[in-house]
Amino acid sequence: MTATDLETQVERKSTAAALHDALDLAMAKDPKVLVLGEDVDDESGGGVFHVTQGLSSKYPDRVRSTPISEQAIVGAAIGASLAGYRPVAELMLIDFFAVAMDQIANHLAKLRYMSGGQTAVPVTIRTAAGGGMQFGAQHSEMLEAWVAHLPGLKVVMPSCAADAKGLLTAAIFDDDPVIVIEPSGLYYKKSAVPVGEHVVPIGVGDIKHPGSDVTLITYGPEVNVCLAAAEQLATEGIDAEVLDLRSLVPLDAELMLASVARTKRAVVVHQAVRRGGVGADIACLLHENLWGDLVAPVARVTAPNTPVPYAAELEKAFLVDAVSVSDAVRRICA
Amino acid sequence: MTITPTVSTDAEVTPLPATSEPERADLRRMFELITTIKQSDERFRAMLAAGQIRVTYYSPRGQECISAGFGVHLVPTDYCVATYRGLHDAVAKGVPLRRIWAEFLGKSTGPCKGKGGPMHLTDPSVGLMVTTGIVGAGLPIATGLAWACKLRDESQVTTVSFGDGASNIGAFHEALNLASIWQLPVIFICQNNRYGEHSRYESTTSVEHISERGRSYAMPSVTVDGNDPLAVYGAAETAIGRARAGLGPTLVECVTYRFWGHVFGDDMHYMPAEERQAAMDADPAVRYRQRLIEELGFAEDELTSIENAVEAQIDDAVEFAMSSPAPPLEELLTDVYAEGMAR
Repeated sequence: MTATDLETQVERKSTAAALHDALDLAMAKDPKVLVLGEDVDDESGGGVFHVTQGLSSKYPDRVRSTPISEQAIVGAAIGASLAGYRPVAELMLIDFFAVAMDQIANHLAKLRYMSGGQTAVPVTIRTAAGGGMQFGAQHSEMLEAWVAHLPGLKVVMPSCAADAKGLLTAAIFDDDPVIVIEPSGLYYKKSAVPVGEHVVPIGVGDIKHPGSDVTLITYGPEVNVCLAAAEQLATEGIDAEVLDLRSLVPLDAELMLASVARTKRAVVVHQAVRRGGVGADIACLLHENLWGDLVAPVARVTAPNTPVPYAAELEKAFLVDAVSVSDAVRRICA
Repeated sequence: MTITPTVSTDAEVTPLPATSEPERADLRRMFELITTIKQSDERFRAMLAAGQIRVTYYSPRGQECISAGFGVHLVPTDYCVATYRGLHDAVAKGVPLRRIWAEFLGKSTGPCKGKGGPMHLTDPSVGLMVTTGIVGAGLPIATGLAWACKLRDESQVTTVSFGDGASNIGAFHEALNLASIWQLPVIFICQNNRYGEHSRYESTTSVEHISERGRSYAMPSVTVDGNDPLAVYGAAETAIGRARAGLGPTLVECVTYRFWGHVFGDDMHYMPAEERQAAMDADPAVRYRQRLIEELGFAEDELTSIENAVEAQIDDAVEFAMSSPAPPLEELLTDVYAEGMAR
């Protein structure tokens, strides 16, 4: 299934397989790593995206399928983490955070602070997010802003299989709760992944494509959209840099500021709706720090302030595409 | 009020076996705990009423026998999850009075360095892992602690306290179901004090006993008189024994009465005066004292000396807390993450 390149020690793998490998390696390395969630054991199919397939046969007591009880899933993960374990809880879709939000917002995020640092809550929550598959308004949202708003949580979102493996590994061994948002359109996309344990440090962004005229600041599924836009813009003589944040909390402000100080123009691109989005915070950060250097106001390309529609034509119009990113770049480069 | 213990009768559910009579040391320890809770509560309320301290305070007065009846069976390595009305549970789990008073007063010498307060008192050194301010939220967390206990297989158990009102929130049902299917070593302690915030039990709850809800999750469930320390002692012994032996969860509903309003300062207009008076006239702490002397062979002198010793400990704890410094302002920005703050 995967072609292994022994010379560079990378292999082409789907994001789902890369995530599976991260879990498998972490469980083999540390007996305190647990997995729980709906349908995660092999009898139930190894998770809806098959990320956990094979793990329950290999680690029977440490991988537990749960009832459809999101509060219990997150609560059980919190409790086990307080007792010294490193649970990885799967919440099938980020839309379902709504039914577990008390555990996430009032407990997961706050127990360390409320206990004055006496208790650590090293829980990882894996969750799929995003549109493009006609799942409708309750199964397609991108809700990173909900969790990025809560002090105490860390939030990461990979854009490729290698970063998915590296960020999940970092999340599992982090001593704080980390929300790993896995773009659902990415699960079956293959790309090069380092063989063996691979760690992408939380809070470190990555320049996915260097450029000198404008910085496209993005994360998750929009990284590929921005790469396509950069390719188009190059043919018009605009050299766009694509900065993949990878972590939303903590933010790699240093990397962003250095890039934009160089290009003097920035467009923030995300799949989530515009109002109260992470993009607003980033645009503000850039304006506060680079006011005199910017040659144009920071632009945002986001979904409109609507629920995610079902009809394919409407959903396509809802989602950010390379054309709208290129248009925004042309406007501020004019 | 007199409550006849009732045990669920489902054939598949293991019945609760008979329990032993408490040892003298346990009877004495329960009296110490009940006295410590009662006198601490009285001191908190007196100091609040006099304006000497400012604390968001949820009095557990009337419910102290429940914590005492469980507390004597627990060791510091057992885990406990409590609620905002948690003074009694914290005392019975062994949190030292100095630490309780300092945390309640928001002082740097509290176990949470003053950052948790009464609603979030945490002291893992004695197994108090979480105190939550959210009704019902402790139950799912307790299942996770119990899962860890089960994985370790060292006969460690988890208890979680909650009120009758919590049995109407979804988290209660999710947690009971999970604990039952995973056969977790957790004891669900429902302190049925007849009021959920300002609303009477009967107006908010569809069943006569919360234990009926436990039974619907195929869990051994019992209703006992929460104002009788010996009844609680027996139910606790059985439930904790089952959990330690790997026989799974139990729900123990302890019927009691909250002497005071939901939170200190509440006008209690929703609690009939005669009902409150009757409950206070039958003060379970006072009744237990009488029973120790009249039926259980304790001399009044012994009990008085316990009461005096407790009063001295409270004096010491109050002095310690009042003279402790507030947390330094740097504390605002620490403990958000393992490394302090995030950008």
